[in-house]
Amino acid sequence: MKTAAFAELNGREKTAKVRKARKVPGWLKGFFVPIIILAVWQYAGSAELISATVLPTPLAILLSFYELAVSGELAANMQISIARAAGGFLLGGGLGLLFGILVGFSKKTESYLDPSLQMLRTVPHLAVTPLFILWFGFDELSKVLLIALGAFFPIYINTFLGIRGVDAKLFDVARVLEFSWRHQITRLILPAALPSILLGVRLSLGIAWLGLVVAELMGSSAGVGYMIMDARQFSQTEKVFVGIIIFAVVGKLTDSFVRLLERKLLKWRSSFQGTN
Amino acid sequence: MTVSIHVNEKAFGRAVVLDDIHFDIQKGEFLTIIGPSGCGKSTLLKIAAGLDTEYSGSVEINGREVTRPGISQGFIFQEHRLFPWLTVEQNIAADLNLRDPNVKKTVQELIDIVRLTGNEKAYPAELSGGMSQRVAIARALLREPEVLLLDEPFGALDAFTRKHLQDVLIDIWQKKKITMILVTHDIDESIYLGTQLAILRANPGRLQKWLPIELLFPRNRTDTSFQYLRQKVLEEFEKTEHSVYAEGAGI
Ligand SMILES: Nc1ncnc2c1ncn2[C@@H]1O[C@H](COP(=O)(O)OP(=O)(O)OP(=O)(O)O)[C@@H](O)[C@H]1O
Ligand SMILES: [Mg+2]
Repeated sequence: MKTAAFAELNGREKTAKVRKARKVPGWLKGFFVPIIILAVWQYAGSAELISATVLPTPLAILLSFYELAVSGELAANMQISIARAAGGFLLGGGLGLLFGILVGFSKKTESYLDPSLQMLRTVPHLAVTPLFILWFGFDELSKVLLIALGAFFPIYINTFLGIRGVDAKLFDVARVLEFSWRHQITRLILPAALPSILLGVRLSLGIAWLGLVVAELMGSSAGVGYMIMDARQFSQTEKVFVGIIIFAVVGKLTDSFVRLLERKLLKWRSSFQGTN
Repeated sequence: MTVSIHVNEKAFGRAVVLDDIHFDIQKGEFLTIIGPSGCGKSTLLKIAAGLDTEYSGSVEINGREVTRPGISQGFIFQEHRLFPWLTVEQNIAADLNLRDPNVKKTVQELIDIVRLTGNEKAYPAELSGGMSQRVAIARALLREPEVLLLDEPFGALDAFTRKHLQDVLIDIWQKKKITMILVTHDIDESIYLGTQLAILRANPGRLQKWLPIELLFPRNRTDTSFQYLRQKVLEEFEKTEHSVYAEGAGI
């Protein structure tokens, strides 16, 4: 009896240990699929199953990345691209925030401005690219404005909705506590609208990035998009890949940054975080 | 100081909700208002707070007419209505500056009074219903109201927490000598807390009975005098048309 119980206990401990050993940390799980893909890819390239001009191997791309980084070409192009995207995002997003607040606060400004803005919104912003080129030429202005146009709407709409979504019951509290105008905005309306505004920021950043790619591919003499187009002319496929990966990584990093901001600013929220 | 409430008529559209309700209470009284659901208790309290001004009549606190909500008429809603993005101490301070040492000190005192010491930095999402309601009470008390109006503040809580908060409230009332008006649908609660008890009837809401309660504090629910009063309130309830609704009365 005793030994059987002991054996059972021992067995349980073992399975518990095995389970513990098998438990992979969450952040590692995301690497699983990419690593397998990379391995298969590298093998297919090394075994010359695929031509290098169609699909260069991961190592070749890495090497090209290294060369671009050392020569300073990459940094110079990235600097220009990021400046464009940031400029466009700040202009468009800033105006979106401003208009969202103005329209959100007042029914009057809403009835004057919102219908026109909603009409503009239905125009796909990439479709106006030719027009922007006609008006502003191929230089920086047209690119920044194109990015700004795309970045405007998500922040505008989400700010507006966030402000209008503030719980009316909390306004009663603000009246009972005799909040001043300033405090009504800083202690009630803006914090309540913040989750929505940050969502707008994330969406706008995504669109700004997309606008940048389009603007640079259309025609430019510097920037990551230019680097891609230039490499394509000389069939330097690995350089094209480097450009694409840079776009992806920087896009992901900015998104992660806003999510970090969300976690910091919205730590009071206790919403559903997903199951395992 | 007196609180004097005169409501000739209050209607929503065609429906008359309150009809001819007049009473005065003295400084330091604890008035409890009880009545069937829908008889207009919340409406009456909102009028007293200045949150509802569309009625015929007048409300005066200390001889000053109440025309809009304000900090001298503290209001505790049925749900706590805390700001979810502010911590306990920030919620209590609300629009006041916690960096001001005077504010900080009073906030801390109030946190101790409502027995929440140690939870200063918690967010409302991390609090139980009873704790949140205590924060709301502290928030109103910080403004040193002349009168505190409470609309079924403990209605959503379990019996245990409710009893605890009732004792907290009596404690505050005795320490701060604030005039209290508390709406409830719990007969025991109305007798346990009140020095005056108003029974309302429905359709339209009218004053059915005004009952002074002269039991000494601390009160004991099992005393014969408590039970006798309870019986009396129940009888009044039965005289009103919709007498069935009396949650917590044990019938
Ligand atoms: N904003 C409103 N518009 C129209 N009718 C209303 C409004 N608020 C309340 N009423 C009506 O007024 C009457 C009294 O409502 P009130 O909320 O004051 O009741 P109550 O006594 O507080 O009830 P309970 O005990 O359920 O909280 C009800 O018949 C209700 O339908
Ligand atoms: Mg009510």
